[in-house]
Amino acid sequence: MNVLQWVVDGIALGAVYALVAVGLALVFGVMRLINFAHGELITAGAYTLALTAAWPRAASVTACVLVAVALALATERVAFRRLRGATVSTALVTTFAVSFALQAVWLMAFGPEGRTADVLTTLNRAAVRGDVDLRWVTIVELVVGGALVAGVALLLNRTSIGLQMRAAAADPRAARLLGVRANRVIAFAFLLAGFLAAVVAILLTVQTPLVTPTFGLQITILALVGVVVGGIDRLPSATAGGFAVGFATAVLGNALPADERVFLPSFTFLLVIVVLLVRPAGLFAPLRASAVDRV
Amino acid sequence: MPEPALTVEGLEVRYGPVTVLRGVSFEVRRGEVVGLVGPNGAGKTTTLLAIMGDVPPSAGDVRLAGRSLRGRGPDAIVRAGVGLVPEGRHVFADLTVAENLRLGLVGRRETDGVADDLEWVHGLFPVVHEFRARKAGELSGGQQQQLAIARALVARPEVLLLDEPSLGLAPTLVDTVFDALQEIRSRGVTILLVEQRAHRAAAFADRTHVLFNGELKLTLTPAQADDTERLRAAYFGS
Repeated sequence: MNVLQWVVDGIALGAVYALVAVGLALVFGVMRLINFAHGELITAGAYTLALTAAWPRAASVTACVLVAVALALATERVAFRRLRGATVSTALVTTFAVSFALQAVWLMAFGPEGRTADVLTTLNRAAVRGDVDLRWVTIVELVVGGALVAGVALLLNRTSIGLQMRAAAADPRAARLLGVRANRVIAFAFLLAGFLAAVVAILLTVQTPLVTPTFGLQITILALVGVVVGGIDRLPSATAGGFAVGFATAVLGNALPADERVFLPSFTFLLVIVVLLVRPAGLFAPLRASAVDRV
Repeated sequence: MPEPALTVEGLEVRYGPVTVLRGVSFEVRRGEVVGLVGPNGAGKTTTLLAIMGDVPPSAGDVRLAGRSLRGRGPDAIVRAGVGLVPEGRHVFADLTVAENLRLGLVGRRETDGVADDLEWVHGLFPVVHEFRARKAGELSGGQQQQLAIARALVARPEVLLLDEPSLGLAPTLVDTVFDALQEIRSRGVTILLVEQRAHRAAAFADRTHVLFNGELKLTLTPAQADDTERLRAAYFGS
């Protein structure tokens, strides 16, 4: 048992989950929408990598980002913009519908057996060997995850559009009465979510190059659980929640015997249930927040 | 006589089966202060929200300097030159005072003169400058009201709508708010003032309309501000 190895793997996977959590929390913040279809942005990005695997790497990565961002903006414009003012359950059901519809599209277009996206698989090579094995992808996950979370935080705290997003998240009506353009702020949140989904797709395909129609689904569900556990209405707590679930998943994956890894999600959810029983307001939520406020 | 800055014509608003405004018409000329008073539920806040495009009217029109605002959303109306200080202030509690003020700049049309306007509102409301690094939620009610007015002013509105700016304030703070309104008026800002303190509003404004059950019942001049009998009659709908 190498605890340090577990911790390193946990931090790296936690960083990827944190990126998914940030994407979910950004959209939730400005629209009060739990975007279950976020996973399809990741899948779309991953399929783009698979389909452009023969292109130069930079072009393939650029195409991945463009497709995920375009799909994010398209879902907002076509499906979610009409949901403003709708009940939470209507909005949630619509995001399920968009997600399942897109999964059906992937299935029809690319088949159930999957496509291989081996664009950046060279990152699987070892960077450091010793007591702790460190692959390049682990370093990239740590650096990119940390930099992007910090970048989003800076953008929210230091720019005018970030300030408008925070205001719209706190009180959308009051923000609009000050001249904040709801369409622009919401579209920007989706744009960022699409970009982050593309980055997640790139990082995930390094370790799991086989892209199937449900490629982005499981990480989104788990990150969503993390976001709710952490506290969805605040970006730092949502990010920390996503990170925690990613970390726990990696550590449990290492700790469980190989033949029991199939039960990994069950163990993760068990951990989530325990956390919510002990701290129903969320692991990282301020003490005053209630569970009802968050969900 | 100055030209009309804001014209409200035959405004009718319904919330489901309930008619809240019934053909309200009035005009605020450039540089004027017009008061709007009336009992709770008379439709004062609804009038302001309908002007801002936050509540869709079922009939009637709102014009800014002669141009209809029909069909525009609140963000477009702010950019057209109407600012609102909402009831209950609605400052963003988790943002700093300075950030709240910066949000006011979002609705501004001109990019020049920002520094001058900020200096002016800092002079008008020194607490806004003094507590700029604090969270707005940590301010007292009076300080939050000053921040809400300052935030609306930095957008440099042609018409400023104020919804009960003295609500819940101690008497000395009410004086502070009305002193600031006098200063804002002297800068030539056109003001539509909704107030619970009817006498105070009537004495301050060039003209004050009394709204009852969604209809304008009476118009008072400052000289009639102490005419309690007429005011009381209008408040009870007679």
